Amino acid sequence: MSDTMTTPQTYDLAGPGDYFALLKPRVMSLVIFTAFVGMALAPGALEGALNPVLAAVSLLAIAVGAGASGALNMWWDADIDAIMSRTAARPIPAGRVPRSEAAAFGGFLSALSVALLALASNYLAAGLLAFTIFFYVVIYSMWLKRLTPQNIVIGGAAGALPPVVGWAAISGTAPLEAWILFAIIFLWTPPHFWALALYKRGDYERAGVPMMPVVKGEASTKKQIFAYALILAAAGVAPFFIGMSGVLYLAVSALLGAGFIWFSWNVLRAGAGEFGPAKKLFGFSLVYLFALFAALLVERIAGLHV
Amino acid sequence: MSEKDHIQLTALTPEELKQQKRRNLAIALGLTAFIVIVFLVTILRIGGSVAERSF
Repeated sequence: MSDTMTTPQTYDLAGPGDYFALLKPRVMSLVIFTAFVGMALAPGALEGALNPVLAAVSLLAIAVGAGASGALNMWWDADIDAIMSRTAARPIPAGRVPRSEAAAFGGFLSALSVALLALASNYLAAGLLAFTIFFYVVIYSMWLKRLTPQNIVIGGAAGALPPVVGWAAISGTAPLEAWILFAIIFLWTPPHFWALALYKRGDYERAGVPMMPVVKGEASTKKQIFAYALILAAAGVAPFFIGMSGVLYLAVSALLGAGFIWFSWNVLRAGAGEFGPAKKLFGFSLVYLFALFAALLVERIAGLHV
Repeated sequence: MSEKDHIQLTALTPEELKQQKRRNLAIALGLTAFIVIVFLVTILRIGGSVAERSF
């Protein structure tokens, strides 16, 4: 391959940590957490519907599957990762791991994770995991990312699927409740990434990635962020109204939703080129998702809502 | 062609050998973990059926 000849490579110095970095550990941690909440909320989870060891192996399989799609994403996007300051230190652009090895590593782990999930739980969960990997790698990375400003809107489906996979792993079903969790993450993704894209716009512009601020400009992106914040806040309280959570969750989700709207409002009001509020919204969006799912988990484990 | 020559002619430095050892160790641990996991899953999945078999 030509990149082995041109980039200053230090392949022989690659440690296990460089391969672990291909799995996008920070994204993986969010996947593990949301999938775990999906598992805990599935009917019978706390009553041993699935043997605890099999449940743990299932969660591991979901985590490895998410990591595998991360590695395949880094294989495909190595050219633009090298241009963007946020991603230039990733193992491939940094010259520590050859592109072809990331492809083999990601492909191998994809097959392994889906097979392991099928063994440990059921075919519905394994099929959903396979679809998640396919959607992230083929639909998002290969097709939409460089094509349309709706890239992360549609691609967000991949990031939103883990709780559904977790739910299916425990119960063998994927009912409305599981898709409510999907909807929350799906609606959370655009304002989360657009907040980042507002202050990393130059990066995306140079790499030729048509993120919303690059294509439609700051003002339009801020309006869309605010619109998504309103819809997200409504979706956030939905679990209470369909009876899958109790008043504790209602209170937490209403507060968090109000917070999300507040931070988005600040982004909307900020002047052009003033990115403090966007950075704050990005930070808050991570807290938002974590706290929302934590509230569901606590309520379930403490038996506050059955 | 030239890449192949490069591989044949270059001796690994002590630091590179150390990293190679760490990579090999990680692969060994990963494989062992995978074997243990598949074994555990198999036992748990067929466990009940073995006890209840008809013969």
